[in-house]
Amino acid sequence: MSEPVGTTTPKTAPGILKKFRPAINAVLVPLLAVFTALVLGALVIKVVGGDPLAAYRGLFEGAFGSAQALSETTVWATPYILAGLAVALAFKGGLFNIGAEGQLAFGAVAAAWVGYALPDVLGVTLPAAVHIPLAVGAGMLAGGIWGAIPGWLKARTGGHEVINTIMMNYIALNITSFLLNGPMKDRSPLNVVARTPQIAESARIPPIIAGFRLHWGFVLALVMAGIVWWVLRKTTLGFEIRTAGANPDAGRYAGVNVSRAIVMTMLLSGVLAGLAGSLEVTALNYRHELGFSVGYGFDAIAIALLGKTHPAGVVLASLLWGAMRNGASRMQFLTQIPVDVISVIQALILLFVAADAIVRWLYRIRATEERLVLTRGWGG
Amino acid sequence: MDWRRLGFISLIIIILIGVVVLVGGKDVSPTVIVVSMLATTIAVATPLTLGALSGIYCERAGVVNIGIEGMMLSSAFFGWFGAIYLNTILGVSPMPSLIFGVVAAILTGGLMGLLLAVLSVTYKVDQIIGGTVINILAIGISGFLNRQLFFEKGSIFGGQVPHAPGVLPRLKLPFLGDSPIASIFEQQPIAIAAILLVLLTHFILFYTRWGLRTRAVGEHPRAADTVGINVARMRYTNVIIGGMIAGLGGAYFTLESVPSFEPLMTNGRGFIALAAMIFGNWSPFGAWASALVFGAAQALQINLQFFRDQIPAQWAFLQQAYIVGLVPYLLTMLILTGIIGKTTPPVADGVPYEK
Repeated sequence: MSEPVGTTTPKTAPGILKKFRPAINAVLVPLLAVFTALVLGALVIKVVGGDPLAAYRGLFEGAFGSAQALSETTVWATPYILAGLAVALAFKGGLFNIGAEGQLAFGAVAAAWVGYALPDVLGVTLPAAVHIPLAVGAGMLAGGIWGAIPGWLKARTGGHEVINTIMMNYIALNITSFLLNGPMKDRSPLNVVARTPQIAESARIPPIIAGFRLHWGFVLALVMAGIVWWVLRKTTLGFEIRTAGANPDAGRYAGVNVSRAIVMTMLLSGVLAGLAGSLEVTALNYRHELGFSVGYGFDAIAIALLGKTHPAGVVLASLLWGAMRNGASRMQFLTQIPVDVISVIQALILLFVAADAIVRWLYRIRATEERLVLTRGWGG
Repeated sequence: MDWRRLGFISLIIIILIGVVVLVGGKDVSPTVIVVSMLATTIAVATPLTLGALSGIYCERAGVVNIGIEGMMLSSAFFGWFGAIYLNTILGVSPMPSLIFGVVAAILTGGLMGLLLAVLSVTYKVDQIIGGTVINILAIGISGFLNRQLFFEKGSIFGGQVPHAPGVLPRLKLPFLGDSPIASIFEQQPIAIAAILLVLLTHFILFYTRWGLRTRAVGEHPRAADTVGINVARMRYTNVIIGGMIAGLGGAYFTLESVPSFEPLMTNGRGFIALAAMIFGNWSPFGAWASALVFGAAQALQINLQFFRDQIPAQWAFLQQAYIVGLVPYLLTMLILTGIIGKTTPPVADGVPYEK
């Protein structure tokens, strides 16, 4: 059978569309996932007797309605960006880091200790130019160690990082509870809360604009997103991490030290999460208080997946997350819908991002990308 | 269950009980301590045993389930909510309310299992991500509804204080008389059910056609498909059964352990259950034995509190809940290193089946 005469197949327009379809879908599918989750969230609000439109208006106002609101949204987004990058980096290395929570908490504890105790221990006054990097660096180191341990266990014994990082979360929680109720407790009179003393002035990262809480840590987080992108794309280490993640056997054949790549991935992942924790202390709260970080670990997973594990995607997803968390209190104030409804909406976003087949089916979008594979049995 | 691992398990349990006897033996007779430790061990091992059994049903059929934690958390909430709703609004007496609560918990778990099956079998989502979705969803829903239904203005109880129906009563097994054994096994019904389910699951998995088929789709789905077994249906059913068992485990928290719900109250027990399943080599008895180790570690924490005055000053910091509380988590990590014996998961565990 020959081609019927007169039918010329149009080449240009669909050709271009085809070329960019993966890129378009990579943005479109998460957007539709967010949209679908918001629609379902509205349904939930309706069912419990609230007014969804008023609730969402409050949410939007609280997140973007004023300069102050915008500043708060970035404050919320900062730890999300870093913890999200931590999880995304681990994903690139084929590892599932559920331990961002614990790494973040340990980073915060270490930064707080350097912040309030180190000058006394050394018997010197530290200038801010030394004290801030020391405090932040200590947090990164502590988070890195906390991340590297499950990485090392995985490389050495095959113990699955999913369970080990979760166990490390609970261990970190227990140890920080012990420290903040005991050796590191704020002994000032009237304090009954499990928290450290305030860090010295010299360890505090200043806000960018006086009167707003938006701080240089947010800029640092954006820079880190760039660095993560550069390391993954442009360096040998990044190549090794990606190869070990995509196909460990091929990596081994190509001369990649897969065990080293696993430990490095988890170390860097922990460093990022630890940085998130130390910024919360040095730029925001000026101390570590028990219970401030509950939930960052799981949020970071959702953010990494929503951002398609791309650093730029993680930044955008974090801003969305920060906006929702920040706007939620205004929503609750205006409509009496508890802030916890945000958790439900965020879980739904994750559901639709993870099962993007549902979104594709709902909106008739063709599949173009390969799926993320993490589950390779339990090792053991 | 090989001898090496059984030896390790027995050793750890004996050490944990021995510590309590050493500390408190001067005041209380060792027999009483041992009986109390064993009884507590069995009781607190209940959610771990049920969680591990839930994992066995799913993973023997080839679906990794790290959503057990979320299944238990959501079931703990809805079980408690069901019981309290019947008790307060409808004015039913505590016992029927509690039974209704248990049923609600099991159904919640089954629904969560259905969700995991849809994600992992139908949509072939990476199963660890699927499980994570369930965990996050459970935290969101239980936290939100807990606040909305009980604490907000205009909650369904209309300002009146809801009446918790209490917890399920202990059952005295008639055929054991008054021996120390009888006191060990004088447990609440979900704890007893967990032990019975261990026996039942062993029988189902290894002595029935259903069990053979379940194991077949978990080991070699292609071969199972070739001989006419519906792989997708087997996986769906097993994951839903697994969810229901996790749901019963969730009921333990709010209807058997304490008569209240708190956000995040499962506290990692679902993940420890997974470690118990792995260390038990995906077999019901092995998983139960491993769950008892974790139970004993927790029993140590509980029972040590009675003897806090006996502990020498320099060791006093160890009896703080935060430090003793580390034992189960450290044990889990130690076990996963495999130094106490390697385990073998089902071959097709975690792999979606493409027809």
